[in-house]
Amino acid sequence: MSNIAIDVVGLGKKYHIGSAQKSHYRLTDQVADTFMAPFRRAGKLLRGQAASAAELNEIIWALKDVSFQIKPGEVVGIIGRNGVGKSTLLRILAGITDPTEGYADIYGRVGSLLEVGTGFHPELTGRENIYLNGAILGMKKAEIERKLDEIVAFAEIDKFLDTPVKHYSSGMHVRLAFSVAAHLEPEILLVDEVLAVGDMAFQRKCLGKMDDVAQAGRTVVFVSHNMGLLQTLCKRGIFLQRGVVETDGSITEAVDAYLQTLEQVRSQDLSKRTDRKGQGRSRLVSAEVTNNHDGSPAILKTGHPVRFVFQVNTLVPGMACNFDVYDTIGQPVTSFKSKVRGPEDSYDPQNGLKFICELDELLLLPGRYRIDVAITGDSRLQDFIEAATVFEVGDGHLGGRPIQPDGKFSVGMNHRWILPVDN
Amino acid sequence: MKETTLTIPSALPRTRRQPSKGWVPPNLRELWEYRELLFFFAWRDIKVRYRQTVLGVLWAIIQPFLTMVIFNLFFGRLANIPSDGVPYPVFSFAALVPWTFFANALTQASNSLVLSGNMLKKIYFPRLALPIATVVAGVVDFALAFIVLLGIMFYYGLVPTANIIWLPFFALLALVTSIGVSLWLSAMNVQFRDVRYTIPFLTQAWLFVTPIAYPSSLLPEPLRIVYGLNPMAGVVEGFRWALLGTDTAPGPMMIVSSVVALILLVSGAFYFRRMEQGFADVV
Repeated sequence: MSNIAIDVVGLGKKYHIGSAQKSHYRLTDQVADTFMAPFRRAGKLLRGQAASAAELNEIIWALKDVSFQIKPGEVVGIIGRNGVGKSTLLRILAGITDPTEGYADIYGRVGSLLEVGTGFHPELTGRENIYLNGAILGMKKAEIERKLDEIVAFAEIDKFLDTPVKHYSSGMHVRLAFSVAAHLEPEILLVDEVLAVGDMAFQRKCLGKMDDVAQAGRTVVFVSHNMGLLQTLCKRGIFLQRGVVETDGSITEAVDAYLQTLEQVRSQDLSKRTDRKGQGRSRLVSAEVTNNHDGSPAILKTGHPVRFVFQVNTLVPGMACNFDVYDTIGQPVTSFKSKVRGPEDSYDPQNGLKFICELDELLLLPGRYRIDVAITGDSRLQDFIEAATVFEVGDGHLGGRPIQPDGKFSVGMNHRWILPVDN
Repeated sequence: MKETTLTIPSALPRTRRQPSKGWVPPNLRELWEYRELLFFFAWRDIKVRYRQTVLGVLWAIIQPFLTMVIFNLFFGRLANIPSDGVPYPVFSFAALVPWTFFANALTQASNSLVLSGNMLKKIYFPRLALPIATVVAGVVDFALAFIVLLGIMFYYGLVPTANIIWLPFFALLALVTSIGVSLWLSAMNVQFRDVRYTIPFLTQAWLFVTPIAYPSSLLPEPLRIVYGLNPMAGVVEGFRWALLGTDTAPGPMMIVSSVVALILLVSGAFYFRRMEQGFADVV
């Protein structure tokens, strides 16, 4: 018994999702639907067909028959694409939501860091929020009092301790929130992507703190999309795919398996993919990388022009397209944002539903890359797809200089040497 | 959210996360463990409630006071409604003090879970703490309004009767009723946002079926027991009897009110517990 920290047996979680995506063809249909819906719902409720007003008809299993054991002191990374049940798993372990079947036994006190700063109140001061947040996370008042100085020092906010947090910068806000959570001393710590925030120096500090937690023999379960980070922090990895444990082994094995599936999804039709985030009023339907203006898919080369073409199914006000490029081991390389304007940007009415991003010279070195695409509009995230497409860059020239294949680096730059006399 | 903690020799306490089964009693032991959190939530509500208002905490007094002035004008003066032998302003204010506590508790607590939706999704803590803390936070407003009530009584030369030793019981009855109703409404509001729209109407209707603007002595005795089904009727008449010595000494009506308040509390706690497991998925 004592050499198990978490014992998960046949865990499953079922969600009902409404038919929200049902499209309305005519305005009249939509209006009629809006007025008829309450009566239909009330009728169904009376007949006992649906359990709630949130109309239910489709069922998805976010997790299905998930089993694993984690030993005390293990640091385990949970990997998987969006919507495969990583967060659901953490939420069940944290006790926020119940599983539909199976069970999870947890030995010891659990601390969960699923989001930094939840429960902060903007009107209260830093000091007041430390107490409030500490209590929400499950700390006793005496415990918070004892650690107050440490928390304040770690967050580097001592001068603003008695200022309402609404006047804090976002960086200070995050530092304080992480600091409170990091000083919770549970036997088991559940962490979800929280380190994606804050400046580099503070991120490093947080990592150090997490490492201390692990060194002290406590168990850490960590969910992240940052493969590099997972590989530094964790020894073991669990790769989830469609709610099922696909790989459970060393972190390298799990990351490899994950990256392989990211490449496989390329062959899948984008409009059929369901691993998306965002509001969904506008969806990405295709993402292509071509090397010329006629759009024929050909070999991309370092130093040659490139066109990224993203097509959406509809336009909403204030739309923007962002895409991030990652290398084969999942390290972020560069990102492009249409919202940040440059003097050469233009509008083309003939584009229809396409966002086109042109580069005169591709600075990526030979290798495989994947693109994650985010579509925003109406001030909300509309769509986000990981690995919307994968492309290959072949040998080429950069500023007339031949580029040699090299597995290690991913970016090249135009440059010239000024050399001593050639002897 | 069934949680069983067993002590296994030489092992850490075990918590089991498993599907919840039907109607189970609320986890009071856990709520007790988190009593500090309850205190912090209430303290937060009190601190934040009147931030960025010009009149600040005066609102706690203005609300019932102005209602009393209006009632006095229309019901006391114009309609000449009897007031059990005490000046109408004192008569109605003594009822408005517990009533305002109840109505505010209802309005604020029913939204407490929905407003903290993000927290429900991201952190585990006993959910009961949120609506209960919101109700408890209203006790401060209640205390302030109560002091004003004593002031008004003094102004009219009225001295509390010896019955005042029963007052804590009626205050407790108001608290139990408020928490009971709040548990029902807050849990329902998570799933059915319709609740939010019915609350203004509900409080208004409830105001009129409670003897605030008029005395329950307008009703014949047998009907008064039926009246007790509204626990706030018991609270209000209890307050008047304890403070002003009106002829509404606790009787069968008070027993009915107390029983109903307890039923509301217990059923509310069970209903809350039943809905609780779905909060994070629905909110």
